[in-house]
Amino acid sequence: MSLIARVLEANGIATVIIGSALDIVLHCGIPRYVHSDLPLGNPCGAPYDKVMQQSIMDTAMGLLSQAHGSNAVMRSDAVWPGDNSWRDDYSRVDDSNRELLKLKGEARRRQQTEHKANGKARAAMIADS
Amino acid sequence: MNKVYDVPYMERTRDYYRAQGYTNDYQWAYYDSAPFQALKKPLSESKIGLITTAMPDTPLGRQSRAVYSTPISPLPDSLYTAELSWHHGVTHTDDLGSFLPIEQLQRLKSAGVIADIAAEFHSAPTDYSKTNTLEKDAPELLARCKAQKVDVVVLVPL
Repeated sequence: MSLIARVLEANGIATVIIGSALDIVLHCGIPRYVHSDLPLGNPCGAPYDKVMQQSIMDTAMGLLSQAHGSNAVMRSDAVWPGDNSWRDDYSRVDDSNRELLKLKGEARRRQQTEHKANGKARAAMIADS
Repeated sequence: MNKVYDVPYMERTRDYYRAQGYTNDYQWAYYDSAPFQALKKPLSESKIGLITTAMPDTPLGRQSRAVYSTPISPLPDSLYTAELSWHHGVTHTDDLGSFLPIEQLQRLKSAGVIADIAAEFHSAPTDYSKTNTLEKDAPELLARCKAQKVDVVVLVPL
């Protein structure tokens, strides 16, 4: 999505990205980015929390109005309800799942081969469980 | 563990793929500068477009990740997100408002903060190939946004 924002911006359309993967977005370099420090999947706010969701969008509008140059980053004040164990949990690899992941990878490569044979153009991204 | 820190997604993803037997680490796009377009008019006079990485929850959207445009009204009941890398273990994407801010934008329009919202939002396919994104999908999305005459685009990757 960062690449798409860059293309739009280079062609005269102002953009703001709302996301939750800070390191990936900053690595690419972007015009404007609002960071929601939430688990991947809900960058606009926790499910059904309309107050949080509106607040994040308001932050994005604020950044649009205030930014004067690229790589403008603003953190939303959104806080995930519940504890912070999701931070350690995402794509965790340890002895408890190492063997399972190996098998998953083998199954996925078989699936990719099938998809290619069936003409599916794009591979599914690896989804964390 | 209850420590607050920015999750190092690139490192985690590299380790996760390696554990699945992939030997070539993914190289994320890197640039040391970025283009910048200042607002051409105040937000209260601007039309806003919207791009998501979620696909339409239709047979075609589930079968083939591509650029799609979908009306914002009526609000879709769901979008297809199963093939995307989000945190399946701790959350869900059943509430559209958590990743596609149509209702938030509609409230801003009602309040006069923005002038208008494009009648359709766009789906952008995530792709391991940066060439596909830069040479196929981004130009297509740019053309669709220009046709909508939007002044600003809000992009929301899951």
